[in-house]
Amino acid sequence: MNRKNHHYYKKLLMGLIDGELSPEEKKSLESHLKGCQECREELKEFNKIKGVMKNMKYKEPPDEVWEKYWSKVYNRLERGLGWILTSIGAMILLFWGGFKAVESLIKDPTLEVFLKIAILILLAGVAILFVSVVRERIFVYKKDRYSKEVKR
Amino acid sequence: METDVEIINKVKKGDTEAYGIIVKKYMKKAYFVTLGFVGNPTDALDLSQTAFIKAYRSLPGFDQKKPFLPWFYRILRNLCFNFMKRKKSISIIPLEKVKEPYLALKKRNYQEERGEIVGKAISSLPYPEREVILLKYFQEYSYKEMAEILSCPIGTIMSRLYYARKKLKENLEKYFE
Repeated sequence: MNRKNHHYYKKLLMGLIDGELSPEEKKSLESHLKGCQECREELKEFNKIKGVMKNMKYKEPPDEVWEKYWSKVYNRLERGLGWILTSIGAMILLFWGGFKAVESLIKDPTLEVFLKIAILILLAGVAILFVSVVRERIFVYKKDRYSKEVKR
Repeated sequence: METDVEIINKVKKGDTEAYGIIVKKYMKKAYFVTLGFVGNPTDALDLSQTAFIKAYRSLPGFDQKKPFLPWFYRILRNLCFNFMKRKKSISIIPLEKVKEPYLALKKRNYQEERGEIVGKAISSLPYPEREVILLKYFQEYSYKEMAEILSCPIGTIMSRLYYARKKLKENLEKYFE
């Protein structure tokens, strides 16, 4: 028997342990097992592992966790909307305030020209940094989905 | 009893409370599979809830001809993988015996030790193999359901299970002779 066939029967061993084989597959595997000691031994070992695992489960958290589960999700959903609206409002106010500040700065006759230029450069720098950080955050969110581990 | 599709239709029309039915139906599955991945109850709770929030926000793009659970599971596992990538070190959570609570009490130390050994062996498996073990043993999914959830053929599921069990056997045989 070639290795390809052998690997096929090893996969079928899983189906036999988990009760997932069709009658034809079961018959074919049983006939293979009669002549293959390696597979018979593996089946015995896998059944042992199944015996150990079948009585195991993760510890249940307290009932309170389940009782409050949905309300926590709901609260976070609601707060998420709140944050979005707050952010949009804050952005509008920030841009409007910034525009007004720059406008009054330019029109202010008491301020030296070099000081106006320095403040405008500072504001431009802050604006560029802000846009750069926002763009980076959006880029990371879109691209970094841990795709290497998901695609197999 | 309403189907998932009917409930999601309601949610899409703005009935946020209806989403609670979906959350309550799948919260245990979501929590335990996350726990299996991240190994910490606090993180598992937070991540599974975050997955429901992400799923809610992505509902407009959800194809209602397909089942909810596999779609939701993909959101959940992406979150888990991202989390593990950030955290790198994953703690080991011990498992406990399902039945025989009195026996578990009598032999408390023995049970805890055994649970920790098994938990450690599962956590040491590579992600694809750990995932099939978690879905098979702790969620009791059929091969067909697992193939649907993981978007791969049944043969791949069987193959991953084979290698996962082979590694578990190597790691556990000295403890459970």
